[in-house]
Amino acid sequence: MSVLVYAEIAEGTLKNTSLEAIYYGSKVAEQTSQSLLVLAIGKAENTALEIAGNYGASKVLHANSSNLEVANIVAYSDVLTQAAEKFDSKIIITAKSSLADAVTARTAGALQAGVVGNVTELPDLSNGFTVTRSIFTGKAFAQTSINSDVKILGLKKNAISPEVSDVKATIESFNAEISEGAMNAKVVDTIKATGVVPLPEADLVVSGGRGLKGPEHWQPLLDLADALGASTACSKPVSDLDWRPHHEHVGQTGVKIAPNLYIACGISGAIQHLAGVNSSKVIVVINTDPEAPFFKAADYGIVGDAFEVLPKLTAAVKALN
Amino acid sequence: MKILVCISSVPDTTAKISFSDNNTSFNKEGVALIIGPYDDYALARAVELKEESGGTLTVLNVGTSETEPQIRKALAIGADDAIRVDAEPTDSFFVAEQIAHIAKEGNYDLIMMGRETTDYNSGVVHGIVGQILGIPSLSPVMELTIEGNTAKISREIEGGKEKLEASLPLVLGCQEPIAEWKIANMRGIMSARKKPLNVVPPVGEALTSVTNYSMPPEKGACKMIPAEEAEALIELLRKEAKVI
Repeated sequence: MSVLVYAEIAEGTLKNTSLEAIYYGSKVAEQTSQSLLVLAIGKAENTALEIAGNYGASKVLHANSSNLEVANIVAYSDVLTQAAEKFDSKIIITAKSSLADAVTARTAGALQAGVVGNVTELPDLSNGFTVTRSIFTGKAFAQTSINSDVKILGLKKNAISPEVSDVKATIESFNAEISEGAMNAKVVDTIKATGVVPLPEADLVVSGGRGLKGPEHWQPLLDLADALGASTACSKPVSDLDWRPHHEHVGQTGVKIAPNLYIACGISGAIQHLAGVNSSKVIVVINTDPEAPFFKAADYGIVGDAFEVLPKLTAAVKALN
Repeated sequence: MKILVCISSVPDTTAKISFSDNNTSFNKEGVALIIGPYDDYALARAVELKEESGGTLTVLNVGTSETEPQIRKALAIGADDAIRVDAEPTDSFFVAEQIAHIAKEGNYDLIMMGRETTDYNSGVVHGIVGQILGIPSLSPVMELTIEGNTAKISREIEGGKEKLEASLPLVLGCQEPIAEWKIANMRGIMSARKKPLNVVPPVGEALTSVTNYSMPPEKGACKMIPAEEAEALIELLRKEAKVI
């Protein structure tokens, strides 16, 4: 028996949230006296996968063939399912993402597994197998018991703070049979913003709302994000108005984020927006309206004009560097 | 073309969340239920596709009788008929099993739903359905056009978009801007009352169960910094909050 972590590869390296999942997996392996296996799918050098050892994995199974270079939900879940079967894994762990959700969903279908997403703590094994998960987009938690033989957990970002060692994992290649239907869905084009950390992975996020009054006024916000090395986000109205691209929309019906720092400029803090960002460790709100509801959810607040405040913050960050 | 749209019934996005019975059940008092916002996008696009191609559109809900207003609304927006699987939708696998069971019997070309429900946010039901049926599942779908037997799809990926082509049948998890939400007109509302709604018993069993609910800890007071000393924030974030 083994605990199996599916670790995502992005741009040839393991995603940070997947490293958290590996560390979480090593703790579950300890709890249940099992070994830990990590499965990575797609193109990556061995040196990029060895880092899994720092997070508690002694071995990484690497599945890489020409039909696995582009993420394919059916093919990836075939690989995950066969790895779980071969190594008798009853607990499968991933970091929640749109790819991991899609892959583990199919694996759950194949293995008749109970699947629970947005897990925020280590499982409680005192009475069966119970996990705490975030529900209602971060507004509450549900302690959920998984009663199936195979269990699949999707971790929320920051569910655990890893302690890192300098151990390197060994890499072993893993081959799986890909079902015929996998290539039915053909990718014809990919459009990707390069050089920015995708929002679900970002530790620092600067975000703008309608209070910034128009897309032509985004520069001060971009300057601060650039100085901090932060990703940029926006509220739903801003994305609906096409001031910013859709993938920047954070909120209940957009991307849900859990950065260490979220700076909101000109966003009043509607309940739907808060739902997407309330897992941030520290929230800063900058708004001209002292009555903006967002201040109630914030750790630090500045009542003022973002166009005057942002350049001051940018200058202060630059002075540090 | 035969389309099946699966809708969830969830608390309105502005609803205040609380629990009763010693934190073992969701407090429904004063909470308005709506069609899941993402499911509503799927439904809107499905209605457009039906109008374009002249197919049929069935709406499916796994829920108790209290979800019937949401089902009637979907019928008023443009679905032809509805099926309700009479069970609490508490577990992703269980809900997917119901959908797959209905889908197998109905032989649908397209099975559409939202990317996730806004109550449990798991986002896995479409994938499980696809696996059980042995057909591809794609999510989150932002654009969808059908040409003959081929679906042309644009899907959101982290930090960008992916364009795909796939042959039917397919399972799709949808999100904006796939279509604009539709509002039922008076004729739709009148005709929805007469459209068939079949209630069927569930199959199989849930694999997970919620034992207890809890609320996040209250946020402490917000520390205010005068705008004219805004730069002091950076020092606080560095030394006090230790996030930069």
